[in-house]
Amino acid sequence: MSEFFRVAWHIVRKDMTVEIRSREILFTTLLFAVSVVLVFSFAIVREGRAPDDVAAGILWVAISFAGTLAMGRTFERERYNDTLRALMLAPADRPAVYTGKLLGLLLLLGLVEIVLVPLVGLLFGAPIFSYPIMLITLLATGTIGFAAVGTLFAAMLVRVRSRDTLLPVLLYPITIPVMIAGVRGTAALFQATPDEPMARFWIGLLIFWDAIFLTLALWTFEPVMTE
Amino acid sequence: MNGFARLAVTNVARHYGRRKALSQISFTCDAGEIVGLLGPNGAGKSTLLNVLATLVTPSRGSVQYGDRSASEGGAEIRGMIGMLGHDLFLYPELTARENLTFFAQLYGVTGVAGTVTGALDQAGLSERADDFVSSFSRGMRQRVALERALLHGPRLILLDEPFTGLDQASTAALVARLQERQRAGCLIILATHDLDVADGLLSRAIYLKDGRMVGTDTESRGLADRYRRAIQ
Amino acid sequence: MRKLTTPFIGLSAGMLLVAPWIINAAPYESTMGLVQKVFYFHFPSAILFLVASLICGVHSFRFLFMKRQSADAWALSAAELGLLFGALTLVTGPLWARKAWGVWWVWDPRLTSSLLLFLIFASYLMLRKYGGPGSERLAAGMALFGMLNVPFIYVSVNVWRTLHPQTSVVPTLPTDMGIPLWFCFAAFTMLFLALLTLRATLELQRARVEALYLAEDEA
Repeated sequence: MSEFFRVAWHIVRKDMTVEIRSREILFTTLLFAVSVVLVFSFAIVREGRAPDDVAAGILWVAISFAGTLAMGRTFERERYNDTLRALMLAPADRPAVYTGKLLGLLLLLGLVEIVLVPLVGLLFGAPIFSYPIMLITLLATGTIGFAAVGTLFAAMLVRVRSRDTLLPVLLYPITIPVMIAGVRGTAALFQATPDEPMARFWIGLLIFWDAIFLTLALWTFEPVMTE
Repeated sequence: MNGFARLAVTNVARHYGRRKALSQISFTCDAGEIVGLLGPNGAGKSTLLNVLATLVTPSRGSVQYGDRSASEGGAEIRGMIGMLGHDLFLYPELTARENLTFFAQLYGVTGVAGTVTGALDQAGLSERADDFVSSFSRGMRQRVALERALLHGPRLILLDEPFTGLDQASTAALVARLQERQRAGCLIILATHDLDVADGLLSRAIYLKDGRMVGTDTESRGLADRYRRAIQ
Repeated sequence: MRKLTTPFIGLSAGMLLVAPWIINAAPYESTMGLVQKVFYFHFPSAILFLVASLICGVHSFRFLFMKRQSADAWALSAAELGLLFGALTLVTGPLWARKAWGVWWVWDPRLTSSLLLFLIFASYLMLRKYGGPGSERLAAGMALFGMLNVPFIYVSVNVWRTLHPQTSVVPTLPTDMGIPLWFCFAAFTMLFLALLTLRATLELQRARVEALYLAEDEA
């Protein structure tokens, strides 16, 4: 068991080292996410004010768009010198490789969300500090569900020719339930009078989904990745 | 790590849709041999190496590593295999030392730091250990990549076009390293175009054309002629 | 199953031909009137849409984890039928909704997740078409995720109060509505099974031709 996490940890550390050196994926993803927020804001603002309840939706749309981009890019890196093959060759458990990649992606998306949430709070006057723990839990569980499926699909598509267009096509229909839960829960917290039980309900649902998606992804990673 | 004495490939075929990348490949080889896979581009050499590395499952046939097959052995068999791919499998944003350290950790090598230092010495790159691999020449990257493949002491070493883009000195160094591994009892299988280098190095040659075996022999000289005769 | 395809197609064609008269004979529903009769096509389509998804998921599992090559043909066949019956459901539904609820579409859980399942089938087929060789395994992996949607779709109308009728409606239908419903259901089901078998057989034969082609010049 510890072997499993040891391998995953080494992969995360490697990805972090590479990312800290170039910072390419972090900066481009961040900039893209901020652009998405701004574009949607401009599109929706009417007479200088945005309608209520859009903050949550815009936040999650930005996370999902930016996340898809980031997933594609991290696996593109493994394709570059065919290092993914070297990872598959290792005598390690294949699901450990998946877990390492997933954790790296979660770290990256976490950093993006740290920037996005205050931005959305600023632009829409959303009360991001009223229920900080619930908000963080919502973001965490939603991102985990999205990233769990996304890491699997991005890895699957690494050798497919039209991978850039196929990733969103495959990913979005399956993860929209997670997105809906994230948006609804966040919207419940951003309301004028925050609806705590509602948010709790959505968190519960997200945890349920995360468990199912993670289990399924760990299970299917090896059969799907071996040619 | 327990090794195996004999590698047996029986009637291996690999299809991609209607394309036959490999068909009816059968041969056996033993530890201590250097086997060459020779053939024109598209002959299936890389595909065969990937099958032997357990990265690709054959559509038909089987590969036996000693008395086990890939599906039975799984991770343990992968632990016995070291591969130097055509794309070298190195992260350009990491230094040589970091690349080797990462793979040593990933492959579960004990005494990582010592192994990495030893590998850097073998590659003759100890002074450049903390430079980024992206700044290396092809030959230097090749040396790092080879040591990366050998970090965990594999008994089966697979090399895909290892002599591409190497100068005289690097080629000689690579040949020496392979012969040293051969004496240590490893089985080495390499795919190459470079008949001059291969001549005298190989203990067995397998000729591939269009995915099929068109000949095999175990002579030690005159490779160019034998190749021409087999491939026509 | 294969021997039954012709009788199934014949029977279902006959039954569907007769169906309009039987549906016409059914009583009008109290609030919705004539429009409600779309239900006799909408309900079987919707159920078979979910069934197709389960079949696709089960065979994808068999293909991926039990290494059954033939299961892939059934998964593909089920996916195509899922697309077909999903399209039927998503067309008959709004036709009914427009008259019954006044809008073509609402974003309630059942409709939303049904639309998503339809999109999942579409992307599955797209992956198989554009993914290149080896995409069958990738698509199978994806189908497993898609199948998780199905229980959610079924249960969602009971968990959330929505405009869409709940699952308790069908078992409690009066007999003179029950007869046309089960009649149409039987016709659709036979059609579904026949098409599923035909398509899977076609795919299996294609695979056999390919295997023969590949074995052609070998001893």
